Amino acid sequence: MTRKMTGAKMIVQALIDQGVDTVFGYPGGAVLPIYDEVFQQNSIKHILVRHEQGAVHAAEGYARSTGKPGVVLVTSGPGATNAVTGLTDALMDSIPLVVLTGQVPTFMIGSDAFQEADTVGITRPCTKHNWLVKETDKLSGVVHEAFHVATSGRPGPVLIDIPKDVQFATGTYTPKAPSTSRYQPQLKGDLEAITELVAAIEKAKRPVFYTGGGVINSGPGASQLLRELVEATGFPITSTLMGLGCYPASGDKWLGMLGMHGLYEANMAMHGCDLMINIGARFDDRITGVVDLFSPKSKKAHIDIDPSSINKVIRVDIPIMGDVGHVLEDLLKIWKSRGRKTNSEAVAKWWKQIEEWRAVDCLKFNQKGGTIKPQHALARLEALTKGHDRYICTEVGQHQMWAAQYLGFEDPNRWMTSGGLGTMGYGFPASIGVQMAHPEATVINVAGEASWLMNMQEMGTAMQYNLPVKQFILNNERLGMVRQWQELLHGERYSSSWSESLPDFVKLAEAFGAKGILCSDPDDLDDAIMEMLNHDGPVIFDCLVEKHENCYPMIPSGKAHNEMIMGENVDTQMVIDKDGAVLV
Amino acid sequence: MSALKIKKGATSHSAYNLRPNFSDVVERHTLAVLVENEPGVLARVIGLFSGRGYNIDSLTVAEVDHTGHLSRITIVTSGTPQVIEQIKAQLGRIVSVVEVHDLTVEGASVERELAMFKVSGKGEQRVEALRLADIFRANVVDSTLESFVFEITGAPDKIDAFADLMRPLGLAEVARTGVAALSRGG
Repeated sequence: MTRKMTGAKMIVQALIDQGVDTVFGYPGGAVLPIYDEVFQQNSIKHILVRHEQGAVHAAEGYARSTGKPGVVLVTSGPGATNAVTGLTDALMDSIPLVVLTGQVPTFMIGSDAFQEADTVGITRPCTKHNWLVKETDKLSGVVHEAFHVATSGRPGPVLIDIPKDVQFATGTYTPKAPSTSRYQPQLKGDLEAITELVAAIEKAKRPVFYTGGGVINSGPGASQLLRELVEATGFPITSTLMGLGCYPASGDKWLGMLGMHGLYEANMAMHGCDLMINIGARFDDRITGVVDLFSPKSKKAHIDIDPSSINKVIRVDIPIMGDVGHVLEDLLKIWKSRGRKTNSEAVAKWWKQIEEWRAVDCLKFNQKGGTIKPQHALARLEALTKGHDRYICTEVGQHQMWAAQYLGFEDPNRWMTSGGLGTMGYGFPASIGVQMAHPEATVINVAGEASWLMNMQEMGTAMQYNLPVKQFILNNERLGMVRQWQELLHGERYSSSWSESLPDFVKLAEAFGAKGILCSDPDDLDDAIMEMLNHDGPVIFDCLVEKHENCYPMIPSGKAHNEMIMGENVDTQMVIDKDGAVLV
Repeated sequence: MSALKIKKGATSHSAYNLRPNFSDVVERHTLAVLVENEPGVLARVIGLFSGRGYNIDSLTVAEVDHTGHLSRITIVTSGTPQVIEQIKAQLGRIVSVVEVHDLTVEGASVERELAMFKVSGKGEQRVEALRLADIFRANVVDSTLESFVFEITGAPDKIDAFADLMRPLGLAEVARTGVAALSRGG
């Protein structure tokens, strides 16, 4: 059945057909016809953000916490360019987004019209795909295709640029139909390769699962299969920052996060393993450290839906292209049919070695004196929110790494952080998107004061929609991670890494009509956190923490996984050689 | 040929073919990329090469299937085996890319390029240019009393050789199309 309608109405109709319930956006001249249609319906809620970057991050938070694509609606020119950071963030972290931008009318494109920008040109490298739609008849088909592309294969952000005259004109609406798209990524892995991996699993003496965001993107079923595989084989498992929650932190096979600020036992296991099974991770430089020294003696298997991830950074022995869920299903089937074998004796010995590494207790910290250690603040937050239906967002920096280290995630889709791009300002709008999707849940954004200020205007959004997001700011009055690197690498010359005129966060909260809590005494911390959790509304929690705390363990740049530096008894001066200094 | 074809997430078999040797030797490869002919598709392909720091030695593009709206982009690129594999995988990831063929490894192929040379000269030089053009099977497509425009097709090496010969004879201008290539056989 086809129907005639305006382009603007088509957009709204196509979103409804795609099951969209929430759109994050900001109006402007070139999208007014669409906003007019949004006004005249009740199926889709529109959340007015305070900056287009906030809209995209909020949609990312929505997408990551639900597994559904996030939708953004912004205007032409500055609306579109402000969305670019969020698009790049979503591309790096494989987050499905559909971003709709207004454009000047087709007959004015190229004339340097008011609020004109070459949006498809600007966003070509930071989207998975984008479209400029010049005919109203094609509009609804493109929207349906956009959802297909954003969510199929390796997910990512897509953008549709819609000139204003196309929104006004009438055309024929094409309903959502089974996709006829040429774009059909392969989901099933090669059975020969999977069998080869099973054989390697049967023989492995020192195996480790190295998991990543691909497990989470593959859906909750993939996490379930992963858990079954880990329990059945008894192999240790670590995860990247993006993969936290795919295996429960309380599980006894869990080694914690790996990488630059990963746990000692996780990195040592990666370095010393004889079989590395990469499931949905991409050998990011935060994980590998210096490539030549990365896990030198292991056989490596890599399961990834994106062929370009395979052999990009690290040469692997068993590449398997496919969706994690599909591959794990086949893997388990084949492994079981061959008798569920592992070299359990050798693996037990491997675990004994891992227990020795664990005994180092690399996250140990000493909360003493009258100042709150940031680690302590997070350990208390963890303890006091343990039973909650909890979602955690973060900004980017030291607090992010501490949150990954000290908070435990039992399930996928509970952890929203900017991994690939490292976008300061991500967490607060993301927490708004998460809270929109999960109105009853406890949504906490673990932040640093510097990151948080980057998108603090979104307090207005949180207040307008009464979203009780908790902004847990570890305030060290420093750009902590920058300061740490300057201490370690740049002779303690703290160039522009502290903020001299921070706002009074309690007053700032009150100015927006929200609640502000200041806490600086370790003895008050628990009560203050409870006060934050019990308040029904947005809270800015200003937690004044130790100003010069460094984030450890740390693999210094230019070093291998077995050369970590630890929190205690560290000689921080010149531990990193000159070759490492060029790496970021 | 199909075994080495990378297409939309790659065929399952190609997993094995992606196992590279991590050699440092720079190789020259000719890639044939079939794309949906839609606005901006060339920019996507070129942007991939510039954004990720790959080389383009030559590039040609034209629509080859008017009903299916498919264009064929022939790219001559160079890099280590690992880089070449990355280029193919990255190309395969572009949503508008339908097929990627590496003609250099998919059996024998033929490569042709068309070029036009403007050669200005008088007297003996002019005669010599005409004589060499004849040897190279170049056609004269424009002539004045003081210049010729030659049209020549052939493998890039042949065109290079012809250019070298024309240079001392008054070579004024060159236009080259870049390489078009097809695999041999059925």
